[in-house]
Amino acid sequence: MNLISSTRNTPLLEVKNFSLTFHSDRKDRQEPLTQVIRQFDITIREGEIMAVVGASGSGKSLLADAILGILPENATCKGMLHYKGEPLTEKRRKHLCGDQIMLIPQSLNALDPLMKTGKQVQTVMKGKGKKDGQRAVFRKVGLPDHVSNQYPFELSGGMARRVLIATAMVSNAHFIIADEATPGIDPHALGEMVTFIKHLAMEGKGVMFITHDIETALQVADKVAVFYAGETVEIANVEDFSGTGETLRHPYTKALWNSLPQNGFVPLEGHQPLADEKGKGCAFQPRCQRATDICLQKQPESRIVKAGMVRCFHA
Amino acid sequence: MHYKQVMLFITGKAVKLATLLIAVSILSFFLISYSPIDPVQLYIGADMTRVSPEQRENIAEYWGLHESKPQQFINWGKAVLHGDFGTSLLYRSPVADVIAERFLASLALMVVAWLLSGVVGFLLGIIAGMRQGTWADHVIKGFCFTLASTPAFWLALLFLMTFSVWLGWFPVGLGTPAGVLAEDVTWVERLRHLVLPALTLSIAGVANVALHTREKLIEVLASEYIRFAKAKGEHGFVLVWRHGLRNISIPAVSLHFASFGELFGGAVLAEQVFSYPGLGQAIVQAGLGGDVPLLLGIVLFSAVFVFVGNVMADLLYQLIDPRMRRSGVQ
Repeated sequence: MNLISSTRNTPLLEVKNFSLTFHSDRKDRQEPLTQVIRQFDITIREGEIMAVVGASGSGKSLLADAILGILPENATCKGMLHYKGEPLTEKRRKHLCGDQIMLIPQSLNALDPLMKTGKQVQTVMKGKGKKDGQRAVFRKVGLPDHVSNQYPFELSGGMARRVLIATAMVSNAHFIIADEATPGIDPHALGEMVTFIKHLAMEGKGVMFITHDIETALQVADKVAVFYAGETVEIANVEDFSGTGETLRHPYTKALWNSLPQNGFVPLEGHQPLADEKGKGCAFQPRCQRATDICLQKQPESRIVKAGMVRCFHA
Repeated sequence: MHYKQVMLFITGKAVKLATLLIAVSILSFFLISYSPIDPVQLYIGADMTRVSPEQRENIAEYWGLHESKPQQFINWGKAVLHGDFGTSLLYRSPVADVIAERFLASLALMVVAWLLSGVVGFLLGIIAGMRQGTWADHVIKGFCFTLASTPAFWLALLFLMTFSVWLGWFPVGLGTPAGVLAEDVTWVERLRHLVLPALTLSIAGVANVALHTREKLIEVLASEYIRFAKAKGEHGFVLVWRHGLRNISIPAVSLHFASFGELFGGAVLAEQVFSYPGLGQAIVQAGLGGDVPLLLGIVLFSAVFVFVGNVMADLLYQLIDPRMRRSGVQ
């Protein structure tokens, strides 16, 4: 307990007022800029699983790229991005990415088609005994030894996904970003993935679990950050998602929760604003039933309500 | 099971080679037999006036020129199957010997040019691909487009003018210095004679390999596994070395081994311009001088040569890409 409370002061990842902007064209400076993420706040501590939930096109995967420093050249980041209390600079990333910070990618194409899986996993390991360590982790995720000598095309989708998980497990990463690591897999495989990810958190690693599926997010995570049009509108505890969502803070989160089949199946009218459709007011305001004049005029600041973060005037 | 696969591969390739050679020989035999060359006149040459029509008739009879074309083809084919390609009219020695001697000279030229164009092209392609959109990329691309649209013989003439005539660095032609006994020719001299033809010949392949490698590298760099590798902190040359090289070498290898035909065709031009005594020069002489046995012999030989290149590409594919190698084995 002591150990946990002492580390609670410096979170693994702290993001504040973060924005990500694209130039439409590098040469033509007159072109308008496209802001895909703005006012993004999130804090992830050791042993914590934070789900980032948002509809597709909300900029979730770009968030992962921004943390890992693999954005395209025409992107600019602003705001605070701290890892273990210090700014995550380009120079620090070179040391940290692949060592302390690991990605579990979405696509199975993330495996090099011409390299044996065992070797691919070993590239993130350091020191001696790579082979033994890698085989041990393969056994842990239920991959037989001979898989080490196989190429990605010889694996089934489920096995490839386990190889990707094994890569994260074998590294000594403290912080793991799972980027849509569970797209369209059957409930059994999903349950397995959830177990593996929880296992990672139990070892004290911080996990950022990016997904569009709120149900999966609730199965895995301790906290859920809801992403709407590039902003975090709410960070709620998993327990807040219950009943008709009365403990939830933001109208969008409530709408998401109530649109689930088991919670009334209530559809939310309208669509997420495109990057160039955002006005000066609250991004959710056009679809919000509780919107008032102030929502049109000003962007809501983030506030703490009931031990969670929310970005809404009416929460 | 592996043994069976190998046998199947060899048998398949052998059948392909046999049918290819049959088709090539039929085609070239009939093309030549309908050409306006009179073999008897060519054989006799300048002594034409001293040979009576009866004697000429006897020669034609002896060579079987009165038999039907298919019969003539069968006669020739039988001889070839027994390893007899006939006697070269120009060199007055067996065709097989001429080809062997000339090919060795050409081989040095082609190997040097082939290696040079492969290595240079691949490196240029990698640099351009890694630095896509920068000035280095533009320079390399411009260089490749210029090369690709430059005729090899014209480039050869430029090289001759610049390096041989003006600067005097290299000899103007031939494979060895004139007036020196064959056994007295040093390796340095041979190399000096090789440089310009080899350079000319290599130029054609560079653009092809470089542009394809560049394209493939750009595709690979945009792939998911490169994104993942970057997320794992790999960057720069380590990244390209670990994940790029194998993946981008496939088009380069297939192109470069499949270019044996172009290499041979290029050698004909380069050797002609530099008067280099190789197989390419021999085929031009055979064609112009009506040396039918030599011409047919070289045609068959070059078909085998190109075929070998393609087989090597197939084999290397299997080596590089496990998807090809293991697809049959579960």
